[in-house]
Amino acid sequence: MQKTWNNKAWFLVLPVLLLVAFSAVIPLMTVVNYSVQDTFGNNEFFWNGTDWFTEILHSDRFWDALVRNLSFSVIILAIEIPLGIVIALNMPKKGVGVSVCLVLMALPLLIPWNVVGTIWQVFGRVDIGLLGHTLEALGINYNYTQDPFAAWITVIVMDVWHWTSLVVLLCYAGLVSIPDAYYQAAKIDGASRWSVFRYIQLPKMKRVLLIAVLLRFMDSFMIYTEPFVVTGGGPGNSTTFLSIDLVKMAVGQFDLGPAAAMSIIYFLIILLLSWVFYTVMTQSDAEA
Amino acid sequence: MARIDLDHIRHAYGAKPTRESDYALKEVHHSWNDGGAYALLGPSGCGKTTLLNIISGLLHPSEGRILFNGKDVTNLSTQERNIAQVFQFPVIYDTMTVYDNLAFPLRNRHVPEAEVNRRVNEILDMTGLSDMARRRARGLTADQKQKISLGRGLVRNDVNAILFDEPLTVIDPHMKWVLRSQLKRLHRQFGFTMVYVTHDQTEALTFADKVVVMYDGQIVQIGTPAELFERPSHTFVGYFIGSPGMNFMEARVDGTSATVGSQSIALAYAPAVGGAQKIELGIRPEFVRLQREGLPVRIGKVEDIGRQRIVRAEFEGKPLAVVVPEGMDIPADPRVQFDTSAINIYADSWRVGSEG
Amino acid sequence: MLELRDVTKMVAGEYHIHPTSLTLERGSLNVLLGPTLSGKTSLMRLMAGLDRPSSGSVVFDGKDVTGLPVQSRNVAMVYQQFINYPALTVYENIASPMRIAGKDQQTIDKAVRKAADLLKLTPYLDRTPLNLSGGQQQRTALARAIVKNASLVLLDEPLANLDYKLREELREELPKIFAESGAIFVYATTEPSEALLLGGNTATLCEGRITQFGQTISVYRNPADLITAKTFGDPPLNTLPVVKAGTIFRAGAAEIAVPSHLAHIADGPLTIAFQPHHLKRSMEIPAAQALTVRTLISEIAGSESFVHVAFGDARWVMLAHGIHDIDPDQNITLYLDTSRLMAFGPDGRSLAATA
Repeated sequence: MQKTWNNKAWFLVLPVLLLVAFSAVIPLMTVVNYSVQDTFGNNEFFWNGTDWFTEILHSDRFWDALVRNLSFSVIILAIEIPLGIVIALNMPKKGVGVSVCLVLMALPLLIPWNVVGTIWQVFGRVDIGLLGHTLEALGINYNYTQDPFAAWITVIVMDVWHWTSLVVLLCYAGLVSIPDAYYQAAKIDGASRWSVFRYIQLPKMKRVLLIAVLLRFMDSFMIYTEPFVVTGGGPGNSTTFLSIDLVKMAVGQFDLGPAAAMSIIYFLIILLLSWVFYTVMTQSDAEA
Repeated sequence: MARIDLDHIRHAYGAKPTRESDYALKEVHHSWNDGGAYALLGPSGCGKTTLLNIISGLLHPSEGRILFNGKDVTNLSTQERNIAQVFQFPVIYDTMTVYDNLAFPLRNRHVPEAEVNRRVNEILDMTGLSDMARRRARGLTADQKQKISLGRGLVRNDVNAILFDEPLTVIDPHMKWVLRSQLKRLHRQFGFTMVYVTHDQTEALTFADKVVVMYDGQIVQIGTPAELFERPSHTFVGYFIGSPGMNFMEARVDGTSATVGSQSIALAYAPAVGGAQKIELGIRPEFVRLQREGLPVRIGKVEDIGRQRIVRAEFEGKPLAVVVPEGMDIPADPRVQFDTSAINIYADSWRVGSEG
Repeated sequence: MLELRDVTKMVAGEYHIHPTSLTLERGSLNVLLGPTLSGKTSLMRLMAGLDRPSSGSVVFDGKDVTGLPVQSRNVAMVYQQFINYPALTVYENIASPMRIAGKDQQTIDKAVRKAADLLKLTPYLDRTPLNLSGGQQQRTALARAIVKNASLVLLDEPLANLDYKLREELREELPKIFAESGAIFVYATTEPSEALLLGGNTATLCEGRITQFGQTISVYRNPADLITAKTFGDPPLNTLPVVKAGTIFRAGAAEIAVPSHLAHIADGPLTIAFQPHHLKRSMEIPAAQALTVRTLISEIAGSESFVHVAFGDARWVMLAHGIHDIDPDQNITLYLDTSRLMAFGPDGRSLAATA
């Protein structure tokens, strides 16, 4: 009896295991394989240990890109999370407004990355774009192909426009699960709007916020498509993030070994930071 | 603390009530004394929570006024009415300590910290939560959380009334006894005006000086626990209070005697039944005795529930419940006797007094 | 017949159910009585096959069903929440288990109408559950459990979310319904009065252990230990730690004469206990022991009163017929019917002579 039980369970997870093996484990091992060898083509490989890793870790190019990545993630988290919360707080809780708002919120999420990039690329162009042209007409110097600051602003605004909705929807789900009695009790206790947020809404949103921060962090740290489409990593190297650099290295220069080493480092950084985020936030959750 | 006047209050949830049945709460016009303990008792959907929310200000009545100590508060918000409320499910601020939870309503009102400290400690003592004052409120048991909810109401000594919305629902039976008697002692000690909503007769009767029985949006009786038990003014009150509820038997009344089936039963008074459609004789199972002498009865099932037995009998073809206390024997071939003074006569569901 | 043989349930290294053996007969009504988190639901999940015991075996009609998942067993369950298919009518809700079993239309119709009649749902068969009162919704869930013709029906606090009076009505009907079906019924509740009203057998639970199992009224009258007696106390059981010295129970300065049925107990420390209605306001029985207590608060519940009193450090409740509104902080004399006294040793076991 015991045996049948166990076998059945294994059969059920087997497809998932196979899928994970083909989609994650095997490609990852391939990359590990490349990262410790050198090749000059012709399928000839030479063992060279940790040389690629050392080279990557000593290159300014890598560190610059990493700093750019971190700054980008910090900036968009600092904008999207508070903005998402504020919008969620102000969304209607009942009536027809709810579905209208939810549909509006979901719209940006339905658009593919490269399309978002293209939209903004056109929108921001000085010659034909509505935004770029208007700003130019107002006398503001805005040209994302020449000015690094303008390029950064464009990429950030684009990401905020694309992804704040996700934070809003998650927060909203957290908010509507708060029973009415909490708000009534707070009214009776004479709590201010800020106290209601601080002691009722925020604690109840904590779990979904944890998920929102994690998702947005991982996603933004892996940003690729939008800057690739809009700025192509420029002007100069100003929007060359790790992922863009990686592709340049691997596809553009065909430096497979360093690129593999870099992607492993990249992967480990994301893993480490996500783990740190998760532990810090769940621990403060347990203490509270 | 305040005296509460409900001045011709009616409430309908729909926008334009046209018929009487559109009102979830039919006209209520009553005064509740300062320092009284009142219970609103009735089945779900009877309008008791509607009435409570009107008093607390969470709901604005369609018609009528509500006064605290003679002052019209109908248009005041919940905060401005200065009341406290304990909900069915404990409402606590998870991230705060027990102490901070209790201090919260005071700090919101900018009470000096020394005074906050004094009052919070007083409440901690009162509710027996002193040991866990510095603990986070999350992770406490349901009854401890409910004590915090209660404590937040008690900590403000200026509240006009404390309202309870089925506060013991999530509490285990054992703890209910403890919390209930604690609440009652607090009331005796401090004399708050309290309004308690419940569907549980034991909670209502044990808590309140005056119980307001509600049915289908209207108040059917306001009375002391004893009055509700001995002289229910409506058959619903007789049925709803007491377990098992009152026995009702269709009867004919002639002067000081009633006839049920073929049996005649003496009454203590001559009820003024007038031209009523339906006349019923009501008697509580506690006042029916099974003895050797009396009227014929058929015994059905006997349920032994420990301290008493409930006998399901049949009298003149109608079901009759009898309560027999522990230690009292049921004779082999029993007959039934009714305690004359405990018989009530109902004409069209309402209790009638004596003629003249 | 359902047998649990030394089953345990461990979660994260802790016992949720300590080794438990229990035999439930066909056609019996079995109440699991205990406070929240005492293990009632865990035990039911083991019986149903929703969880697998960490050790031990579950045997049904002599067949080991330990590893068998719930789908392959003939089990019905009713929960505290009213669980019905919201989009289906009451009729289809009740019929659903038979439709799954592939019964023919005529059999289904007959069974549904019979169950609806039994549970007073006939007028509502065409409505959907959300248009019904809580009581009717729960009746629908019960009817569904009954037509399934399951050999084991588990009810997890089915009346907890209902109004007091509705509970009373259903409680009265349930034993009749159970008696007709012939299945094994298991009914979890936190309320002692509910167990007593339902009758049948009762297993008292405390912290994942069954403390006693037997006929409900006899467990109530003759608890094997103090925990069982307390679990069954509503109002709470009154207790007093005493030292027996010859014919006297000594508690501080107070003395209580040892009643004859406890005379055989050896001298030494023990705990005596009695039900609140065995404490009286007047000396009704000659054998009653007079005790001076201090009143704390009186609660009037119509036909009877609960008077909370302090006797030394002990807190007691007196349940008396009639209205007794006694002011707090009075010294009054109450009379204890010592012929009903229970006694428990320092280990908590009952010291009553086994009859």
